[in-house]
Formats: sequence, C-alpha cells, structure tokens
Amino acid sequence: MGIRVLHQLLDQSAARFSNRPAVEESQGGSSSYGDLARLSDRLRDRLRQMEVQPGDRVGICMRKSADGIASLFGIMKAGAAYVPVDPTAPASRNAFIFHNCAVKVLIVEARLAKGLREQFSQLGYTPQLIVIDGVGSGLPLTQALEQLDTIQPAPAAITVVPDPSHLAYILYTSGSTGQPKGVMLSHDNALSFINWCSDVFQPTERDRFSSHAPFHFDLSILDIYVSLKHGATLVLVEEQLGKDPARLAPWLAEKKLTIWYSAPSILSLLAQFGKLDQHDYSSLRLVLFAGEVFPIKYLKLLKSLWPHPKYFNLYGPTETNVCTFYEAPSVIPESQTEPLPIGKVCPYCQPLVVNELGNEVARGVEGELCIAGASVLQGYWNLPERTAKAFLPGRETRWYRTGDIVIELPSGDYKFLGRRDRMIKKRGYRIELGEIEAALYRHPAIKEAAVLAFPDDDGVPVKAFTSTQDGSRLSTIELKKFCSENLPLYMVPDFFSSLESLPKTSTDKIDYQKLKSMK
Amino acid sequence: MNEQEIKTSIKNFILNEYLPGEDPAALTDTTALMTTGILDSIAVLKVVTFLENEFGITIEPHEAVVDNLNTISDIARLVITKKTA
Repeated sequence: MGIRVLHQLLDQSAARFSNRPAVEESQGGSSSYGDLARLSDRLRDRLRQMEVQPGDRVGICMRKSADGIASLFGIMKAGAAYVPVDPTAPASRNAFIFHNCAVKVLIVEARLAKGLREQFSQLGYTPQLIVIDGVGSGLPLTQALEQLDTIQPAPAAITVVPDPSHLAYILYTSGSTGQPKGVMLSHDNALSFINWCSDVFQPTERDRFSSHAPFHFDLSILDIYVSLKHGATLVLVEEQLGKDPARLAPWLAEKKLTIWYSAPSILSLLAQFGKLDQHDYSSLRLVLFAGEVFPIKYLKLLKSLWPHPKYFNLYGPTETNVCTFYEAPSVIPESQTEPLPIGKVCPYCQPLVVNELGNEVARGVEGELCIAGASVLQGYWNLPERTAKAFLPGRETRWYRTGDIVIELPSGDYKFLGRRDRMIKKRGYRIELGEIEAALYRHPAIKEAAVLAFPDDDGVPVKAFTSTQDGSRLSTIELKKFCSENLPLYMVPDFFSSLESLPKTSTDKIDYQKLKSMK
Repeated sequence: MNEQEIKTSIKNFILNEYLPGEDPAALTDTTALMTTGILDSIAVLKVVTFLENEFGITIEPHEAVVDNLNTISDIARLVITKKTA
C-alpha cells in the first residue's frame, strides 16, 4: 500500500504489528498498535456522526497520552486537520486559537473544559465538545465515546483519504502582533520529512523513541510519525518529568530508549545534573536535537558521558519542519568554542541565501536563509498578508523566509549566525518578544513595556523593562503572576526591571539599543 | 529550628536569589512559585540543593515536584517531614 496521508502510517503498522506496544506512557499506561487503530477508528466514527467534514478542524486540549495519540489519528481519519494546544497555557490563549481557526469539535480533558467554556461564551462561540475524564492508555477517551454511544450511536464510517495536499494539522506559534498564528501543514509537508527520517535514521520495530516535545510543538512530528510508521514504541515523557533532569536521567535508562529527540536545553540539564555516569544507557543509539543552539560546552559534556550514540543537529522552523541537518563529529575538538553548524539542506528542500533586498548573495556571504520544497507550509491560517510576507516577493518559487541569518561554510554546511527580527528560541520554543510586550500592555498599571533577550552560554534569559502610569514600582511577583495568567509559562520573563520611564530615541521610540546595555 | 524559622530561611533564599529588589512582604507563604515562573526548572534544582545543605536532609528526585515545592508553606512542610522522619 502506498502511503499518501499520515493516518495510513498507523493502519499499516497495526496490520503488521497489532499486538506490539505502540505507545507507553511515563505514568505506566500503554496502548498496542491494534488498540490505537481501533480507538482512532471509533473517534473517526463519532466525529463523522458530529458532522465533521473533510477540511474541518478539530481541537485537542489534553496531556500527552495514548488518548491524545489516538485523537490525532481519529481526527485525520475523519478527514479533518488537528489543532493541538498547550494544555498548561492560559484558557484565554487556547480559546483564541480554537476560535481563530473555528474548530468544529474540541476533545478536551474535563478539568480544562470549564475554563475554555467560559472563554468561548465570551467569544460567542460554541464548538461541540468531547469531554474526557483524565487521560491514560486510551481508557478515558474510550469511556467518553461509549457514553456518547448510549445517547446516540455513531455508525461505522470509512476512513477519509484526502489528497495529500490537504491540511493535516495546524500548529500555533508565537506571533509578533500579540496573538499566536496558525502554521498550516499538509500531509505531504509532513511525509516528505518523515520519509527522509526513515532513510537517514533507519528505524525498526525494535526502536524505542522518546516523545519529549508536546503535541503543539513541531518536534513531535518526528517522534509520533516516524516511530509509528516503523512499528516502534513511542515512549511518552510526561511534562514535569521532562523538565526534571534528576528524575529523567534514571527513567531514561530504565526505559531503554534507543532514540532521543528534544530541544538541547533538557540535554544540557541532563549533562549537568543527571548524574549520567551512574546509569546504563547502552541502548541509546541516536541523540537528535533541534529548536535552538546547543551550547558547545554542554554538548561536549554530554558526549563525554554518552560517547556511543550518533548525534544529529536538526534545524528548521515550524513553517518548513526540519530542513537542514548536521551529524556531530565523533570527537568535538577541545579547542572548538563555536556551536555546531546547522549543516546541509535535506533533499526535499532547496536553499537560497539572500540579502536585505531579497537578492541572492554569493557563496560564503552571510544572508537570510530561504527554503523552498515539499515540506514548506501552505500559509498562516486566515492571515493572507502575513502569508504573503513570509515568502520572497516576485518569484515563481515559494521561497519561505526563515528570518535566520546564515553563512555557507567551505564544507557546504550552513552556519546559523542570528535572527533578523525579534524572535528568540528558548527551550526550543519560538517566542516573539512582541507577544510578551503585548501581554504586559494588558496590565492596567503598565504604561510602557519593552522585552529583550540576553543570550549567554547557559541559555536565553528574557528581561522585561516596564514603567507605570503613576510612576510606582510594580512587584515582580505580581508581574510574574500576571504573565503566567496570560502567556504560556515558557514566555514569562525571567527578570523584570521597573523604570520611571523607558529610554527613547530622538524620534521618541523606545530605545532598544540603550536597553540592551542595561542587562 | 521551628516552622517559622524554616519558612524565613527559605523565604530569604528565594528573595535573594530570584526576586532581587522585591518587597519582602509581597512574598507570602502561599505565593505560587513554580506555576507562575518565579522558579523555573534550574531554580528548582538550586532550591533543592539549598534545602539539602541548609537543613541536612536528602530530597529524592520524585519528591522535587510541584506538589512539594510550589509555595513556601509546601516547601516548609516537606522539610519538616524530612527532618522528623
């Protein structure tokens, strides 16, 4: 069977490996390929009964679990695109996202449903809800579907196999104007990357993949689909465990993971605080990382503790998925102080490096990396102007402008030099500093706000400078609390500085250069 | 060391390390620390090291979780349980 769309990957593996474990949860639950395929079929039937049509969107707001994985596939089997959100983010932000792309149905954990319903009612928006009582091994989702069956049965429907150019999912990323924006990705977009992973990483059904990234984060695409395509086992890392190197290190050894994929920040923490020399990691064969620069001193430390796996630096914004890759040398010279290059372009993409005018630069000259090819997004949901601006103007080929400044090295590898705008990467997450500023301006006492990042060897601390209407000083605790109620936790600034007024340029704009010197 | 002294010691550490310049009165026993981002994951590791050194206790990895560390009251309760165990 030729694979045309993502959900065929699960059904193909379920036919071959029905009883093998497809998903293991860090809390102890699990689901076999057969169970996962049957549950996703059942959800498909229910969604079709709820009149979900091909081309619709269905939201997901739950912790990572077998229930969640079954939901992704059930939604796609009904012909719809899934829209996953961060279940720990404020309800107002998640409600904005679901309303923005008009999800027809939302699958939500009961504890999160109340807050979302309140937000929906303020927006005058009424999606249908499938409420599940917790998550684990697919049981709460099964129970919710059974309960719905007692009210009205859902007749068996057929799995929709849309054209591969149809949307598979929408991932919302931080937006500079203060609201997140939806990156629209098709089955084709994802499969070009997934099939390349098969060629390069040679997974088998004996592999055990980590699933560290949450579903709303594009790193999850590799974990979920490459693992399930090959009949391997996807081992879900619960969110709190995933942040805690002291607990994660022994767990990772005990689970005998063979392929690890995450942002570098948790790998840095594992190297520093995980006491990795005390456990057996002989099963681990691949360490993949993406989403931000891996500080070289921590990569060297990690490699000294885990010398045997292969290491790959994968690079690419959500809009293109992974588009370049670099295999780390088996020994990184002691004298190397610069981070690894982002490497060569994956075969399903083409690169173009341009100057500020959008003209191609000569080889070896720095410029903005643009990417065309099979993995490039269709656009931003409902934002035609933003979509148009995302591509180089006046060209037939759709060259997506990454905003990343790179240089091509004599080896043919690209090296990342920095950003051309105010986006940063922190713990692998994209953060538009403007979105944090927009949130701060919603605080009634704040008159001015400017947010800057001060990257160093240990990370990317974010500092907010504020002034108030009445000149009083705001409490850091109050500001952190306010931000945590309006932004995902990873966007809450690390530091706050209260000023009488912010420094201005001669044209009376906030002087960011001056603030940069006020670290 | 009584409960109040334990809380004061924890409070001073958090104020000095993570809330420089903050009005000490704004940090109460029930101020949420982890769920508001006042303590991030590295800060939590440092708080655990501080508690172990300051109070001569050992905190197991599975105990360094939000239920035990989200407020000064939670942390003090963990310390007291450990000291009396």
